Amino acid sequence: MSKVIVVTSGKGGVGKTTSSAAISAGLAMRGHKTVVIDFDVGLRNLDMIMGCERRVVFDFINVIQGDAKLKQALIKDRRLENLSILPTSQTRDKDALTKEGVKAVLDELREDFDYIICDSPAGIERGAHLAMYYADEAIVVTNPEVSSVRDSDRVLGLLNSKSALAEKGDGSAVKAQLLLTRFDPARSARGEMMSVEDVLEILAIPLLGIIPESSSVLKASNEGMPVALDEKSAAGRAYQDAVGRLLGETTEVRAVQGEERRGFFQRLLGRGG
Amino acid sequence: MFGFLRSRKPSSAQTAKERLQILLAHERGSGGGSDPDFLASLQRDILEVVRRHIEIDRDAVEIKLERSDDLSSLEINIDMPGAKARTPG
Ligand SMILES: Nc1ncnc2c1ncn2[C@@H]1O[C@H](COP(=O)(O)OP(=O)(O)OP(=O)(O)O)[C@@H](O)[C@H]1O
Ligand SMILES: [Mg+2]
Repeated sequence: MSKVIVVTSGKGGVGKTTSSAAISAGLAMRGHKTVVIDFDVGLRNLDMIMGCERRVVFDFINVIQGDAKLKQALIKDRRLENLSILPTSQTRDKDALTKEGVKAVLDELREDFDYIICDSPAGIERGAHLAMYYADEAIVVTNPEVSSVRDSDRVLGLLNSKSALAEKGDGSAVKAQLLLTRFDPARSARGEMMSVEDVLEILAIPLLGIIPESSSVLKASNEGMPVALDEKSAAGRAYQDAVGRLLGETTEVRAVQGEERRGFFQRLLGRGG
Repeated sequence: MFGFLRSRKPSSAQTAKERLQILLAHERGSGGGSDPDFLASLQRDILEVVRRHIEIDRDAVEIKLERSDDLSSLEINIDMPGAKARTPG
């Protein structure tokens, strides 16, 4: 049985696309056939983060509108054979997404893939709604910051009322888990940032993982590589742990510190790290 | 000024800049980029022309694209149902 998982947040810029790329790469590395879909119509970015931007021919909207077949729009990752990307359109807007169109594409993907990861746009409008509508599970990406936590709470409410599972009215629900990202344990310890416990107490959903604020995330996006592929990165390893938990492992969630800033001389020399 | 100190391997920031330059050059207009749907209509036209001669499926045309700075390649594969040609040769 394949699973549709939406990566959502309400608030913009909290790390949904970074997390979608990292988690789908982690699932593919473990042998699961995985596809990651960009639902951010008009602001295509997942292709850049995945490093396949030069190979986009057709997109999600072309498939929905019948201009291309799904297999023509899917891009196979060059590093991980189990991973495919369905890019979105850079030129249309969110009105091009229809409930029926999204359902048809997801149904077809379910035949070939174990995991279908939906990278939601920010907000709670059409794009975000359709990204979550058919989800079996949700990863709610949250930063330890007041507006992000508030928006996550709003999104949890929508998952519980405006999703296909919730609308069945038979007690079915989207299984939602929290991914706390850009966390800085040192600042939290100094009381400058909410603690993990604070956020968990407010949102009251299971914790999937804690991703540290980490300079390796920017490096990975510069290079078009999901950060989970960088074994030296604290964020990459934290994403790998989260993937394990997504698959049912019961490892303890730990908050780790991200990479130290590189030294002055290293930066001057521009050495890759 | 510090160019002589740079290591041979490009920094990740340089990689980012180069990737963006290639992508944006295409998105801003050249090479059919001005018509975002040119590939879909190209596919439709190819299909139509080929179908005048051979019966092929609607999804028998596969288009692959690889953009780079000095050269972009468009690869078009058509699945031919060997025996079904109406007008041979
Ligand atoms: N753990 C992290 N450490 C440091 N920077 C991070 C981390 N996670 C994400 N970022 C940075 O935060 C920015 C936003 O990330 P991303 O694009 O993944 O967010 P998003 O939620 O998809 O945004 P949008 O709502 O616009 O789609 C990027 O610059 C990214 O590099
Ligand atoms: Mg995004």
